[in-house]
Amino acid sequence: MGNKIANRQVICDTLLELAQSDRDIMVLASDSRGSAAMGPFAQAYPEQFVEVGIAEQNIVGISAGLAHSGKKPFVTSPACFLSMRSIEQIKVDVAYSATNVKLIGISGGISYGALGMSHHSVQDLAVTRAIPGLAVILPADRHETKRMTEALVNYEGGVYVRIGRNPVEDVYESADYDFVIGKAVTMRDGSDITLIAAGETVRIALDAEAKLKEAGVSCRVINMHTIKPLDEEEIIKAARETGRIITVEEHSVHGGLGAAVAEVVVQHHPVPLRLLGIPDEPAIAGKTKEVFEHYGISAENIKNLALDMLRQ
Amino acid sequence: MEIIELKAKAAQIRMELLRMIHGAKAGHTGGSLSNTDILTALYYRVMNLDPARPKWEDRDRFIASKGHAVESLWCILADRGFFPKEELETFSQFGTRLIGHPNNKVPGIEMNTGALGHGLAISVGMALASKRDGRGYRVFCLMGDGEQAEGSVWEAAMAGAHYKLDNLVGIIDRNGLQISGSTEEVMGLDPLDEKWAAFGWNVLSIDGNDMEQLVDTLETAPTVPGKPTLIIANTVKAKGISFAENVPHWHHHVPSDEELARALAELSAVLAGYQQEGQVR
Repeated sequence: MGNKIANRQVICDTLLELAQSDRDIMVLASDSRGSAAMGPFAQAYPEQFVEVGIAEQNIVGISAGLAHSGKKPFVTSPACFLSMRSIEQIKVDVAYSATNVKLIGISGGISYGALGMSHHSVQDLAVTRAIPGLAVILPADRHETKRMTEALVNYEGGVYVRIGRNPVEDVYESADYDFVIGKAVTMRDGSDITLIAAGETVRIALDAEAKLKEAGVSCRVINMHTIKPLDEEEIIKAARETGRIITVEEHSVHGGLGAAVAEVVVQHHPVPLRLLGIPDEPAIAGKTKEVFEHYGISAENIKNLALDMLRQ
Repeated sequence: MEIIELKAKAAQIRMELLRMIHGAKAGHTGGSLSNTDILTALYYRVMNLDPARPKWEDRDRFIASKGHAVESLWCILADRGFFPKEELETFSQFGTRLIGHPNNKVPGIEMNTGALGHGLAISVGMALASKRDGRGYRVFCLMGDGEQAEGSVWEAAMAGAHYKLDNLVGIIDRNGLQISGSTEEVMGLDPLDEKWAAFGWNVLSIDGNDMEQLVDTLETAPTVPGKPTLIIANTVKAKGISFAENVPHWHHHVPSDEELARALAELSAVLAGYQQEGQVR
């Protein structure tokens, strides 16, 4: 693997830089400063750091109070707990009360692959995207994480972000591109089929595209980094122009990216659609790559699925 | 406002909230009547606020964690001029902003509450921001006694003491009743004072329907440097109506025409007494 920098470290580095001139930026941890890579921030800005202990309901409530008082709190806590234990605080104190809280779900998806379902977060997109007034973002690599973090500091409103634990391969050459919350990025253009991915699966979709290209297939790859507000226009365009879509996500096939895409496709321009993700079961134990391959979230399987769809 | 005026004001608010609940055919009558004296003391005497500037940065903050007892708060905010009094007629009606819980689309309401066990954590965040920014404002958080069964209350209690928030005042409307009956039967809370003291709070226990005690305690709170203060305000549910006091189903009972008339007659007599006493003084 080329890249050795995890997205969580990028968030810390970016906030360290921005907090120097923006004293309203605050970071909160629930005994999670180590796993969030926020140790350096806590050391550099003790007055802008708050430890709450292992209390995920409390971390969101306190952040809402801080935000209401003009602060820009970044809550860093494992996605599995943050998106479930604190969901009522997210719904009421953040979304409904319209407080400017950024919820950073760390070690998301199946990052804690061997620790079992208690530590997996593959229902988080389903619950967070159902809450009005909350944006939901999954950055694909370290460059996107940097651009997203900069955007979050100036974004007014509640946002749920999910990142993985380990470094991921780059999908961008640099951070020098247009990142807009709610605007999908077309990574590869194509006309036969579209792959729509988010977060760590964008890399897999790009690898599948390379394989499909060798097989003579023109494949479009869309990085849907913002699950909500969803870039519906880009989805409808892909349905209309390529006629087939495969979604690829590190999430249950119920209620996540695939479901969000399906809601748009079926109402605006129905085309054949396949959803790749974690099935409705406690995910099998293993390293991310092993678990992905087990469930067919791999470049090879996407290629085969695409070729199947093209034959139909 | 002087004590006697505050007492008269509380009687007037009770009459207004009963009319409002009767008109809307909905409301949390018992809890609103038990907390009326607390809110009257806060909004007419204790808190530093300016109805013309509801978002003034240095205002004292009030969080109604027991959000369901909102009727007294709506009547008080309207009376203090945060919004027009006529709007009270829309309470609980289609499309209103005066819903059955605090709604921060209404001037004077800080946060949307209603899900119990949320308010104290929010208050901890506000008090912490006040401290970190070196501002002087205080944060008052009103909780229910039934609400004390929510685990999130105690997460926030721990954090309030840990961060030495001596600008934070928690108030428990200790009326002893919740929707299913006595709090001690539903889920025992006592010794409530010892629990809060063990969590590191300065604990005071007062008669929460006694205006002198309320003003004395709230005006000087928080009283111990380095500690948040918790006031157990011992109240009577549905206070002020002889035939409703301490009757559990008045939690959200809507008075009938006859009950309303009797209640208003009782409160009018009390109000007249205070007004007379005020003039004599």
